[in-house]
Amino acid sequence: MNSPDISVRNLWKVFGPGGEKIPNNPELSALNSAELLARTGCVAAVRNLSFDVAKGEVFVVMGLSGSGKSTLIRCLTRLIEPTSGEVLVDGKDVLQAGIAELRELRRRKMSMVFQHFGLLPHRTVLDNVSYGLQIRGAAKNERYARAREIIELVGLKGYERHYPDQLSGGMQQRVGLGRALAGDPDTILFDEPFSALDPLIRRDMQAEVIRLHKEMGKTMVFVTHDLSEALKLGDRILIMRNGETVQCGTGDELVGSPVDKYIEDFVSEVPRADVLTLKWITRPVAPGTPGDAPVLSSRTVIRDAISAVMRSSCPVLVEDAGKITGQIDRDSILSVLQPVEAAA
Amino acid sequence: MSTLVQERTTVQPAPARAPRRRPGKRTILLAGAAVAWLVGFLVLHGTSTLTLPASELTDLHRSLNQFNAWVAANRADNPVFLYVFTPLRAAVDAVANVFITTFAASPTGLRLPEIGWLGTVGLLGWTAFAAGNARVALLTVAVFTFFGLQGLFLEATYTFALVLTAVLLTLLVGIPLGILAGVYGRVAKVITPVLDFMQTLPTFVYLAPLALVFLIGPASAVIATVIYAAPPVIRLTAHGIRAIPENTREASDSLGTTGLQRLVTLQLPMARRTIVMGINQSTMAALSMVTIAALIAAPGLGQVVVRALQSLDVGTAVNAGLSIVLLAIVLDRVTTAASRRADPAAARNRRVSRRTRYILLGITLVLALAMVQLSRTMLWAAAFPKDLNIGPAIVQTVAAASQWMQTNLSLFTVSFRETVTTGILNPFQSLLTDTPFYILVAVIAVAAYALGGWKLAALTTACLGVIIYLGLWSDSMVTLAGTLVATAVVMVLGIIFGVAMGRSERVDQIMRPLLDAGQTMPAFVYLVPFLGLFGATRFTAIIAGIIYAAPVAIKITADGIAAISPTVVEAAVASGSTPWQVITKVQLPMARQTLALAANQGLIYVLAMVVVGALVGAGGLGYDVVAGFVQSALFGKGLAAGVAIVFLGILLDRMTQAAAATPVRKIPTTRTRTT
Amino acid sequence: MKKAGLLLKRTLPAMAGAAAAALLLAGCGSASVNQVNAAGGTSETPCGTVNVAMNAWVGYTANAAVYSYVAKNKLGCTVVQKDLNEQISWQGFASGEVDVVMENWGHADLVKQYITDQKVAVDDGPTGNEGHIGWYVPPWMAEKYPDILDGKNLNKYASLFATSESGGKGQVLDGDPAFVTNDEALVKNLNLDYKVVFSGSEAALIQSFRTAQQNKTPLLGYFYEPQWFLSEVPLKKVNLPAWTPGCDTDAEKVACDYPTYKLNKVVSKKFQDSGSPAAKLAKNFQWTNADQNSVATDIQGGMTPEAAAKKWVDAHQDAVKTWLS
Repeated sequence: MNSPDISVRNLWKVFGPGGEKIPNNPELSALNSAELLARTGCVAAVRNLSFDVAKGEVFVVMGLSGSGKSTLIRCLTRLIEPTSGEVLVDGKDVLQAGIAELRELRRRKMSMVFQHFGLLPHRTVLDNVSYGLQIRGAAKNERYARAREIIELVGLKGYERHYPDQLSGGMQQRVGLGRALAGDPDTILFDEPFSALDPLIRRDMQAEVIRLHKEMGKTMVFVTHDLSEALKLGDRILIMRNGETVQCGTGDELVGSPVDKYIEDFVSEVPRADVLTLKWITRPVAPGTPGDAPVLSSRTVIRDAISAVMRSSCPVLVEDAGKITGQIDRDSILSVLQPVEAAA
Repeated sequence: MSTLVQERTTVQPAPARAPRRRPGKRTILLAGAAVAWLVGFLVLHGTSTLTLPASELTDLHRSLNQFNAWVAANRADNPVFLYVFTPLRAAVDAVANVFITTFAASPTGLRLPEIGWLGTVGLLGWTAFAAGNARVALLTVAVFTFFGLQGLFLEATYTFALVLTAVLLTLLVGIPLGILAGVYGRVAKVITPVLDFMQTLPTFVYLAPLALVFLIGPASAVIATVIYAAPPVIRLTAHGIRAIPENTREASDSLGTTGLQRLVTLQLPMARRTIVMGINQSTMAALSMVTIAALIAAPGLGQVVVRALQSLDVGTAVNAGLSIVLLAIVLDRVTTAASRRADPAAARNRRVSRRTRYILLGITLVLALAMVQLSRTMLWAAAFPKDLNIGPAIVQTVAAASQWMQTNLSLFTVSFRETVTTGILNPFQSLLTDTPFYILVAVIAVAAYALGGWKLAALTTACLGVIIYLGLWSDSMVTLAGTLVATAVVMVLGIIFGVAMGRSERVDQIMRPLLDAGQTMPAFVYLVPFLGLFGATRFTAIIAGIIYAAPVAIKITADGIAAISPTVVEAAVASGSTPWQVITKVQLPMARQTLALAANQGLIYVLAMVVVGALVGAGGLGYDVVAGFVQSALFGKGLAAGVAIVFLGILLDRMTQAAAATPVRKIPTTRTRTT
Repeated sequence: MKKAGLLLKRTLPAMAGAAAAALLLAGCGSASVNQVNAAGGTSETPCGTVNVAMNAWVGYTANAAVYSYVAKNKLGCTVVQKDLNEQISWQGFASGEVDVVMENWGHADLVKQYITDQKVAVDDGPTGNEGHIGWYVPPWMAEKYPDILDGKNLNKYASLFATSESGGKGQVLDGDPAFVTNDEALVKNLNLDYKVVFSGSEAALIQSFRTAQQNKTPLLGYFYEPQWFLSEVPLKKVNLPAWTPGCDTDAEKVACDYPTYKLNKVVSKKFQDSGSPAAKLAKNFQWTNADQNSVATDIQGGMTPEAAAKKWVDAHQDAVKTWLS
């Protein structure tokens, strides 16, 4: 992993009167949400979170509604003022930044895409996309030229003169995306950007994000409540509940070794074969396995290994970094597939 | 508030949803208060009523009278006068005179408008075209020409010039204040009670002191108008800014906008429509106030109406009233058209392209300027031709009709009045005025506690305390009685017509213009025929209040009924409800919140007419205010009465709001009990 | 900025128009027909402008109309009439908005404030009219109950005057709040079984008397003469204990009828000192109740005040000559 682009350390956000005292009070900070509310009238939306986001990584924050994920992402650029903790961007603590510094961060380093788009209804697509550039004082020609490029990039060419309410939801979100990209920020924050869209359009937009990520390589922090979206996009996923981290890891780590019942329930309906790699079902090499048996990488997703394993008359060997780590056979594949079929 | 209390006590046990529920604490409190009141009335009838005869004063009133003398003594040398009031007056006068000279009458020469009547019509028509559209431009031209035909061109343009001055000043003050209040919550908190005060304070109350400070003439009239007209635009500007969706604001913040950038690129453009609506409302308010300001020598249509009232000339009053209504329509339509133009959606759905429009604007401007030029060279275009005058015909027709009504209907109307007065008004008023004050204060405090808790109880007691301190308890109770009876009638009308309008588009279309006319026609105009029909009594005053307040209540109710989701109504019809059942079981209960709002607004509007009602026999606080306006010995008492009206208004407003809010809070508790 | 730009675009034509209009005005400002035609008239006025307060009642209008007519047509003054109530008219003396009040009814408080204390106004002598205030009944009642005109009999008729407004007692209807009234004290001190009810305006009072006469309903109310309405419905005055000097000094203990008012004119000090011929005219103006009533009746009959004034002036050239000398 590269040096982290964003580091979050012991971040707290407590809503309610006197909330600033809670993180430093060991007794209060140990209470659970219900007790805290009863005792102090405060709600801790983010409690003591720490994580790192690497450069170029797609980091997904996932949780059900009310888990604090939207508050968390807003704390990163202080759209919501965190109560305590650190948010380090390029080694500088955002929480300590002055107004001008913070504004500079928002203008150049981190842009955000919102669930309800947040487009300005009185501006055309062109003016919406170039809005951020206008805010930081770019000349008209320059910002329009840049905005036109971006509009083409997000697939809205020909719609420059339209107003937001003349566009479909998906297209509006493309404008939102374009607006975030126009300023060429290092990081893009997504707050449930596709949850207001139809399933088909959502799939298109997810593909669009993957494509843009490949083309531009931006760091992305992506908030969602949709596990399949998280698994599809995220290099790593942080699952939140009641403002706390429950588990943080890659998709196959979550599915393969859930830390508790909560995560287990959460991932129970995930088609495991689509997520898990061979690593998770590798067994020690059995004595009878021929040495010339087919070899697959341990990072192969199970679904992709099915046909090879089924075709092979003997177990298949699994290697990691050139070393044989174990073997798999038909039974181990079937054991992954079955529970899903049973559940379905 | 006693009607409210009584309604509540009877309504409360009624809901059949939870028949086994014991009567709530609130019901018991309210019923207890009602019983205590009745017992107090019967036993202690006529004691401690704090009656003060109309011509007697308290020491407080006498000390307020000193204001008069203080102003006189300080006008010449006090720095406040030298550096604030006097220059302000001069500045306002100067602005007003520019418009008066241009559109109404120049101070020199033939006293014709500088740009003549034809030029005025042309230029105003063109302005309407530029700000709105061709339709409102035609309307403007037609109406201003009609003023000439009525023989009221001078008066109407005087009024227009004053409205224009007042609206400009209002916007100059109001929009920045509104922006501040919209951006900073703290400013809003400070400003809101001040606006409430400005809007409930009867205009008569500050007309006299203003005339004293700023002297009579256009300046005082304009300043009084600004005081009256500023609250809507301040409120709506603030509201427009605050109502911007959080996510849009957040999106703009996430891009790193500064406060000023946010204001200019986001808040102002998005609030623009609401701000223009505020301008519209302020303009309408300004028009009605400029009419009243005739009492302190504001020239224009108001003077015609006031003079006609004094000589009981219904025809002339209606002729001028018609001008006022027409001017109101023009101002309303032009500002509404401007607000449509302000809507971004309209900007791109225009039928003509921007270029065509500019060409049209250019051509019409040349036309308008030609008209101006014509007016400056030809007498027929400068002064409206005298022989084209249909004014006398209107005056005579109306006078004849009013005469007919008075001779043929008055016996019937008088007996109707007697029935209502002796049957409802008198017993109710006596219940309020003859009960000892301390019992009534206690009863009201208990009712307030039942409706809104300790805070409301403390507030109402404080309001009543102020009224007692002002020495106007008995007069306040007389006013309260009339106000509540009028509001009750307003609500009955509101429900009947509101439901009819809410259910039928066509009824709505027919009713709206009538309601608009009822609201814009100055009360002075219809007081005279009513005097003929009902005599100088409290009843006539109540009718005046009803005419003014009913349109508001009806409109709010109609909007509430119309806003109910059609699926709900459809579901009710589908399950076989009769129309009556749909109204009583679905539409009215669902519009309950709206009805409460209608009652609240109805009360405030009725209260606004208390002073006008006093001109036709309402007595009470209104009479004190009027008398204070015209008699220097009663100046202080009038001022006190004005303040008493404000506190009565605050009390009624908060009580009705609390009464409206509580049932809604009740619903979740019933639900949790059933599940 | 965009929004400001849009707004600018929209208001620009309006501003351009206004600017163009202003230019046009400036360009040919001197040539306006309004100014040119008037130039001849205004140049030969030694008199200047007179601001005449126009109080509401028709008797006043008659005085003011005749004064204005003479000032305008015989002296060439520019007369500006301003519709104001009495209180406000007096304030006009201080501000310079008002030069002349043509009929003043007492108003000791205003006299003290503006004549004695502030010295901005002066008493300009009697108009020659006499004013009476009192309690009146419609003529049909005077015919039917002849003894009603004696105040001593009022209690006998109290029930007749009872209305829904007076709470079982007889009703005394009061009018314009601008007038000083002793009526509440009178009721108390004369032990009358009556209650004073405030109609709130002169219009309400007049309309009430009109209806009472039309429908032959009883009504007792505060009224005054000279008043044009008396020529439409000749109300009859009820005699209360006669006024004697000093009987109304203490407002709370008044038990006598209202005095006879010698109506006078009041002018601003500045106007009086200006030496304008109009000021001299105001000082000399004097006529009788009959004169005033004849003009007032013409006005009430539908004539414009100016026409009514012309008619009277034409018929009374001698009187006008003495005013002007």
